[in-house]
Amino acid sequence: MIKLIDENGLRLDGRKFDELRPVRIEVGVIKNANGSAYIEHGKNKIIAAVYGPREVHPKHLLIPDRAIIRCRYHMSPFSTDERKPPQPTRREIEISLVLRRAMECVLFLEDYPRSIIDVYVEVLQSDGGSRCASITAISAALADSGISMRDLIVGCASGKADGQIILDLSDIEDKEGEGDMPVAYMPNLDKITLLQFDGIFSEYEFKKALDLAIMGNKKIYEILRKALMEKYFKTEEK
Amino acid sequence: MSFKRSSIIENLRKTQMLDLLSRQKRLDGRALDEYRPISIKLNPIQKANGSAEVSIGDTKVIAGVKVEIGEPFPDTPEQGLLVVNAEFLPLSSAMVEPGPPDEYSIEVSRVVDRGIRESQMLALKELVIEPGKLVYCVFVDIDVLNIDGNLFDAAFIAAVLSIATAKYDKKIVKEGKEETTKVSLPVRLIPVSVTSITIGDNILLDPTEEEDSVHDSRVTITFDEEGRLCAGQKGGSVGLSVEQLFKIVDLSKPKAEEIRALIKKVIGNA
Repeated sequence: MIKLIDENGLRLDGRKFDELRPVRIEVGVIKNANGSAYIEHGKNKIIAAVYGPREVHPKHLLIPDRAIIRCRYHMSPFSTDERKPPQPTRREIEISLVLRRAMECVLFLEDYPRSIIDVYVEVLQSDGGSRCASITAISAALADSGISMRDLIVGCASGKADGQIILDLSDIEDKEGEGDMPVAYMPNLDKITLLQFDGIFSEYEFKKALDLAIMGNKKIYEILRKALMEKYFKTEEK
Repeated sequence: MSFKRSSIIENLRKTQMLDLLSRQKRLDGRALDEYRPISIKLNPIQKANGSAEVSIGDTKVIAGVKVEIGEPFPDTPEQGLLVVNAEFLPLSSAMVEPGPPDEYSIEVSRVVDRGIRESQMLALKELVIEPGKLVYCVFVDIDVLNIDGNLFDAAFIAAVLSIATAKYDKKIVKEGKEETTKVSLPVRLIPVSVTSITIGDNILLDPTEEEDSVHDSRVTITFDEEGRLCAGQKGGSVGLSVEQLFKIVDLSKPKAEEIRALIKKVIGNA
């Protein structure tokens, strides 16, 4: 067993229990895409790009009264400690699905009938909480593309290590800790759009972890807002 | 499940459902927190180490466990293997087509896998023959035979029952001689998952396919024997409030106890 929290209550990377890793977001990084964003969240380095709304191919996927979303979350072979074969794993397919659902919560899909919105997420380097960082990047890319949205979405995990509820798990805390709870959240509507958890949580710990994740999400929301403002104020000045 | 559906029928159905729910009624007359009858057939497959057929209402699944000897994963050299795989057979619904597992069946596999793994139902450390080289591998394969909503819980009960009742040939070295004896898997507890959906402000347990097709959110929570939460997954394309989520936890917990009592009774009678 590795000790994840020392006697002073500090974690292996020196953070307190409720402290986030550094988060940096850049909006508009892929020229060809309709919207795109890059996020660094801890060691995570992730690009998200949005193409569309555009014509649906193959045609049988089309829905007459709203847009459909196709999401591909993919990890580059060099993104992990050991090479990850390029073909999608079951984990990547499941994450693509939960990310898509999180997006469905936030987009006005009925504004774009008979069309498709393609969202591609590439994890260039992975760390704990890559699905949460991905949804933040996706949300920035969607906002950048100008598709109508109800709110922004941000993602942040909480979890449990050495019996304590902690915020924003790193790779090692995710692997060695006792629980992980990724949460994506719409801060203005106060709604959860993605929730998964594994590990062992008492009911009290579960509620505490959820509250902590939402608090972390609110902090990331401020960073995301700033990143979006940065891009759009700059463009106005030109 | 959320197959592509006709948006007009979907909207009509949702309106009808919301109207019924405003009077606290469901299409099949159940209470909002009531499960459909659960029926269980143990060990229908003799060639499997353990198996169970589980129906919840018209949803029917069959799970089979095969225990084989293999290599451990490099990152867990001192643990046996647990592999859960679910497949929606094309015969299970007019909407399912043959082909490789799609994202929905992968989701069921992974939610069931996490529930069993994280609750520590199986003492995987006891399934080691030679650390880093040889371990017992527990393969749990789940076939979905008929789809009528709540595949998560049906698959979970079937998986848990087939693991809990499985017998495998264990190699034991006794006085220099190698012997095999039939033993049960190292099962420590019985985890239970409970699935609910929200439609508007209403929370419905054990949704049918018809209800599931118009859900806002879907939540599956797995509980261990001490009532602790060990895995969970949100589905659905509408945001969920924290209050609603806590209400779902409160509703699910006692239901998990009821289902656990049923599972234990079935195992006790085996």
